[in-house]
Amino acid sequence: MSNDVYIVGVDMIKFGRYPDRTVPSLAAEAALMALDDAGLGIKDMQALFCGNLGQASGMVGQRLLNEIGQTGIPVTNVANACATGATAFRDAWMSIKAGVYDVVLAVGVEQMGKGLLGGGSNAPSPEGIIGSGTMPAMFAHIGNEHTRKYGTTFAQFARVSVKNHWHSTMNPKSMYRKETPLQEVMASEMIAYPNTKLMCSVNVDGSAAAVLCSEAKVKQLGLMDRAVKVRASEMSSTPFESRQAAMPDFTAATRLAAKNVYERAGVGPDDINLIELHDCFATAEIVHYENLGICADGDAGKLIDSGETQLGGRIPVNVSGGLLSKGHPLGATGIANIYEVATHLRGRAGERQVEGARLGLTHVVGGGPGMGTACAIHILEKV
Amino acid sequence: MSEAETQEAVPPLVPYLEPNAGKPYIAGSRCEACGHVFVGERQVCAKCTARGKMKPVHIAETGKLYAFTIVERSFPGVQVPFVDVVVDMDDGAHLKGTLLDVEPNPEKIPFDLPVKLVYREAVPINTKGKPYLTYYFVPA
Ligand SMILES: [Zn+2]
Repeated sequence: MSNDVYIVGVDMIKFGRYPDRTVPSLAAEAALMALDDAGLGIKDMQALFCGNLGQASGMVGQRLLNEIGQTGIPVTNVANACATGATAFRDAWMSIKAGVYDVVLAVGVEQMGKGLLGGGSNAPSPEGIIGSGTMPAMFAHIGNEHTRKYGTTFAQFARVSVKNHWHSTMNPKSMYRKETPLQEVMASEMIAYPNTKLMCSVNVDGSAAAVLCSEAKVKQLGLMDRAVKVRASEMSSTPFESRQAAMPDFTAATRLAAKNVYERAGVGPDDINLIELHDCFATAEIVHYENLGICADGDAGKLIDSGETQLGGRIPVNVSGGLLSKGHPLGATGIANIYEVATHLRGRAGERQVEGARLGLTHVVGGGPGMGTACAIHILEKV
Repeated sequence: MSEAETQEAVPPLVPYLEPNAGKPYIAGSRCEACGHVFVGERQVCAKCTARGKMKPVHIAETGKLYAFTIVERSFPGVQVPFVDVVVDMDDGAHLKGTLLDVEPNPEKIPFDLPVKLVYREAVPINTKGKPYLTYYFVPA
């Protein structure tokens, strides 16, 4: 028997705004959905790994068990910027890989307000005086660097939003499900050039969960009919980049994790059939095409123009609608991406199904000014 | 009151800005092992991991624009638009800041524009009107 790890249950709630709910109740809803998908109950789980940022010191995992059953299992609460959910999933995966458990639950959850991210400190604010600490501005710099190197245009960045908003019209769990033509994307309110409002991800509430299982346990429980194999899991933090203090790095960390995950899985970018990558801003998706190796350096603008990354193309990217339209509940995003890819590998994605999908990749990367980066990449395989 | 006295009277907005009795500079550290120049004081080199090799330096006053954005939406009370730039300083350091005296129009802001530091007072949005010493970039 191999020591491969499988997902046997996975689900997410419809992303949206639930101001009257609590964080544990959102987490509980996804946890029960994933358990139902596996045909298992909380009594079957041997450990819980729970990702949340907004209440990182608030024992969200334990409060989740209080809602669905206090069985006394060990709980690990995880916070790791936009990679929070993926980190909880990876910790769950490692616990099985290590042979400590054979069936565990991973949950990601977030409840967010509307508005700009990047503020929030009692020190005198340098905002506007020493540039901007807002996320749209940070990711604008990253897009502008791509323009500097390769001449990438405002319209090319905007096309990412056109594509992902179109994809979301086919996803009933997406926050928004409205097509946005190129003119509308480019003419929407400018936030930080070249990112307009429609090129920024949506702050929403959401949760997602997955049940992970050892191969022996999957067979014992007879769950191979619904299983998806975790072919590889890798993480990185920012390897030193000389501009990182002035301009947070998301590229070097992604490239490092991508190199390792392809090596570990024994596959290359050309073998991947669909990708859910971290499109927190339209500019980010463009640079990650190159960082994940689905096109050569400098060709990302041409790649979005070609239509190869839309549903029906060579390598569909963010067919869920992505963070740009489905929404970006920070701690939930990493597991929601895994839900999306797993759903395609199971052939259950409905009208947005990527036909014949056998291998899929999920990517999240997060961080902030002066903080460094957390990147997580998973390759999932159809059983 | 002389300009020097004015600048001494207000605290720096960020710890790496040294008021220096009216002759402000950006404090930095140069690694004597690998040569990398960091903004701010530090003990260990994040690039080459050398310990005990950091030498305090004054960061260069001039550099070239590496990347920019024009910020149109910020937090309540922040004047927009403003031009947020990443500058490659002439000594190899990299410094973020706000670029003044340019039109906030992407067509009018060239890459590699030569810029220099100027030091002025500014009032942050959350200090109830209390001014701080800061730096800005202007075209050189
Ligand atoms: Zn060094």
